[in-house]
Amino acid sequence: MTRSGTRRPRTHRRHTAALASALALATLAACGTSSSDDGSGGGDAVDTAQAAAPLDPKTKVTLTIDCMPPATEKAELKQWKEDVEKFNEKYPNVTIEGKQTDPCLEPPRFTAMLKAESQPDVFYTYFTDLQQVLDNDGATDISAYVNDRTVPALKDMDPDVLDVLKQDGKLYGLPYSNYTMGLLINRPLFEKAGLDPDKPPTTWPQVRAAAKRIAALGDGTAGFGEYSAGNNGGWHFTATTYGLGGDIVDEGGSKAAFDDATGKRILDNLKAMRWDDDSMGKTQLLKWGDLQKQMASGKLGMFLAAPDDITYMVQNLGAKYEDYGMAPIPGQRATLFGGNDYMIKKGISPDKVKAAIAWINFKFLTPGKGQFDWARTKADGLPVGLPQPNFWTGATKTAHDRARAANSTMPVANFKAFTDNRVQGKPEPPKAQEIYKVLDTVMSAVLTNKNADTGQLLDTAERQVDQILANQ
Amino acid sequence: MSAPTLSKRQPPPPAPDAGAPRIPRDRAAFRQALKRNLTAHGFLIGAVLCFSLFSWYPMVREFFLAFEKRENGRTVWAGWSNFTYIFNDPAFWQAWRNTLLFTGLALLLGFVVPFVVALVLNEFRHGRGYLRLLVYLPVMLPPVASVLLFKYFYDPGYGLFNRALGAVGLPEQQWLQSTDTAMLSVVIAATWMNMGGATLIYLAALQGIPGELYEAAELDGAGILRKIWHVTVPQTRLVLSLMLLMQIIATMQVFVEPFLLTGGAGPEGATLTVVQLIYQYAFTFNNYGSAAALGLVLLVLLAGFSAAYVRLSRASEE
Repeated sequence: MTRSGTRRPRTHRRHTAALASALALATLAACGTSSSDDGSGGGDAVDTAQAAAPLDPKTKVTLTIDCMPPATEKAELKQWKEDVEKFNEKYPNVTIEGKQTDPCLEPPRFTAMLKAESQPDVFYTYFTDLQQVLDNDGATDISAYVNDRTVPALKDMDPDVLDVLKQDGKLYGLPYSNYTMGLLINRPLFEKAGLDPDKPPTTWPQVRAAAKRIAALGDGTAGFGEYSAGNNGGWHFTATTYGLGGDIVDEGGSKAAFDDATGKRILDNLKAMRWDDDSMGKTQLLKWGDLQKQMASGKLGMFLAAPDDITYMVQNLGAKYEDYGMAPIPGQRATLFGGNDYMIKKGISPDKVKAAIAWINFKFLTPGKGQFDWARTKADGLPVGLPQPNFWTGATKTAHDRARAANSTMPVANFKAFTDNRVQGKPEPPKAQEIYKVLDTVMSAVLTNKNADTGQLLDTAERQVDQILANQ
Repeated sequence: MSAPTLSKRQPPPPAPDAGAPRIPRDRAAFRQALKRNLTAHGFLIGAVLCFSLFSWYPMVREFFLAFEKRENGRTVWAGWSNFTYIFNDPAFWQAWRNTLLFTGLALLLGFVVPFVVALVLNEFRHGRGYLRLLVYLPVMLPPVASVLLFKYFYDPGYGLFNRALGAVGLPEQQWLQSTDTAMLSVVIAATWMNMGGATLIYLAALQGIPGELYEAAELDGAGILRKIWHVTVPQTRLVLSLMLLMQIIATMQVFVEPFLLTGGAGPEGATLTVVQLIYQYAFTFNNYGSAAALGLVLLVLLAGFSAAYVRLSRASEE
């Protein structure tokens, strides 16, 4: 009795305190449930004529921008600082506050940043991030600000590239770089295997035959490598499907479209290379970074890649540019394209938006200046000659390609097969990452299970992707 | 000598006066209590703030998040749709199957092995400290380093395990690259990484068993196994139960080992766990609502185990 008598008030107090705490936390949590006013983009409402005018050189603003090169990239950082100085000659009152991020974007960090609304005024994204950014109400509609006066080379920009940065006709970003996928080859291994690196494979039967010969070199050498983890397997299945003229989702974007003869052909070919030919190495479940290591160490003959994979291998893995070449994606019906861009944070002042566009234009979109100052890039000891970025058309493209070729620091002939056979780019499917997760399972099954039933795998994946698309 | 009773030491408190104003006296008592405990409250503030900000608030926020979704830049009420989404996701059931398999295997290996190791260590008379250090060393290694070490061991091409198998004429295994062995391989790595702590706890419990009990058992003619079964296990039952529950709670939240060893899902999704799926929803698909919904489902299940743990802890105190 005594015990319960003394405990009851304490318990009561404890319950009261717990209830009060829970209520306080719940209130706090409910306050955290942010929602913008009406979603009509009221924050974007601007005077169109005023917005269309270029930035007044007297404007005084401070801009925060991510993806400034880290201190370890001395030459790139030096160029960034030089460009800020030159930009300030015209706009002396615009302060550029660069934020060093290396790498420029990591998906988990990026997702958290958007959720916390802590992105800088000008922030780096991948082409595929637009929906995610808009879902988080994170970017300004810059349609009214971007025109031939604010971005003079706009008319010669590849419209396909600009299209991926638009939704419902509104423009939300400006490109920084773009790529299309092709077949990356290891030239020394090709030569060792008696293959001609200047005539790389262009079809899957040719890839299979070449992989077999390279793998026959022994000593753990693989002829062809493929991803099957971290959603990268699904990403490459998509690229391969595009190359053969197939698709991942139907035109309406509501049904899977890969469970067909093309999809089966891709899986059967990979399975044959992995298990019948033993030309893909024993180690599987690879993701981005793994194949690059294999190739840089001279143990891999080919894999599907973008040109900047070579830069990664040279800068991080001690590889040499002259050892690599690129061919178009086997099949050449279409190729997956991607890239990166800058978007402008929603809610910042029109002057800041204008200043941001002026900076992006100066640093990333002016032929002969900023990132396109190829003579300076060469003088600073940085590589010139990769077929990337590649978003110019018309006269600008002609002049740009000439300048890049004139300053090239690598044997650009190694990329001739890739550049001479330009394949139509195709964007990623809707719900890309969720679909890639499903297709990762398919790829990992084919590459780790000798008895995998490719037809069954595609059937199951199709059902799962249909479900994902139905849940949009 | 009996303890002095209250009546002998001080006069009894006055009987409550129905007409007297109670509130001022309560306030005074409250003020007095506050003054008396001020220092203690001061010390508590930091901890309470930390728990509020980094533990309790996120938990409450997660509850709300599970019923929200983002649409065209706005946060809207989602009802049960996040839960419908996760229950319809084929990966949901696969992740639960895998997690339960991991938990089962981790209990078989991660529960039994440290106990056996502790039993063996307890028998040593010399060098016990060094052996304890050896057993505990893997815990001191950063988890990522340990996992990468095992990734090398498991590599089917140049890995240590396949070389060892080859050296004794046994067939090579696919380890992490086969649906049959992937999860077991992850469990082996996880057990090696984490068993040191459990072993030390078991060892402490074993050393608390009075030697007379073993002597009595020996006099009764008990062998090693009977001594373990009839003396060691009953004497350490409470610690064993607590550790079992703690391990269930910990293993059901496994993330690092499969994430680093198999790139997340493993062959045909064989090592995709519930916490990895939560991570995928949030950071790959940008679907915080579904991540929070799945987090809640896991929370409810683990809360049951935690409640059992608290009950057992109280039982041990009493």
